[in-house]
Amino acid sequence: MDMALDALSWVSIVTGLFFMLVGTLGVLRLPDIYTRLHAAGMTDTMGAGFLILGMLLQTVQGILHGESTWWFVLFRLVLIYVFLLFTSPIASHALARAGLAGGVDPWTAPGDGDE
Amino acid sequence: MFVAVTLGILVAMSMALVRALLGPTVYDRVLAVNTFGTKTVLLIAALGFLTDRPEFLDLALVYALINFIGTIAVLKFFEFGDLGLTRRVHREAE
Repeated sequence: MDMALDALSWVSIVTGLFFMLVGTLGVLRLPDIYTRLHAAGMTDTMGAGFLILGMLLQTVQGILHGESTWWFVLFRLVLIYVFLLFTSPIASHALARAGLAGGVDPWTAPGDGDE
Repeated sequence: MFVAVTLGILVAMSMALVRALLGPTVYDRVLAVNTFGTKTVLLIAALGFLTDRPEFLDLALVYALINFIGTIAVLKFFEFGDLGLTRRVHREAE
């Protein structure tokens, strides 16, 4: 049972890291603030989600070993993820609105712009 | 295992920093700081697991709260020019 939980948490941590690096690469390479917002949003939800899921499985392993204090760790991890899930879209929305109000017009492909 | 997680998060943070330095518009920098903050939350949680200290998760939670508030405050300042304090002063002055 421990081996399965360890392997599962390792797999979810690796996917979490993968999503985070891909999202941050998107923030680096995409041409425009609005496209970068999409990439940043992905890292916050998916990357953080799988990482926290991996940590969650570690705490479940701790709980199975009978340490009762690990319930609080489980609770805090879920709380962090729920909070990130709520605030990340709000921050991205506020950033997009501020960008539009600030006069940053969305990027259009070179060919499409001049019809 | 959590050493690899910490290194991965540090690499992601350095990439976010590069965007903060390069970012042409000021909103790119706010976006970079926001993602940097979220990654710090995960770094603190990972370090908490690495050193077997569950109190770090409280730090990560508080950091997530403050990072969000900071981003919204900066964005409000950029959009409205002030945080809404001076308008009240003008209204009382009239």
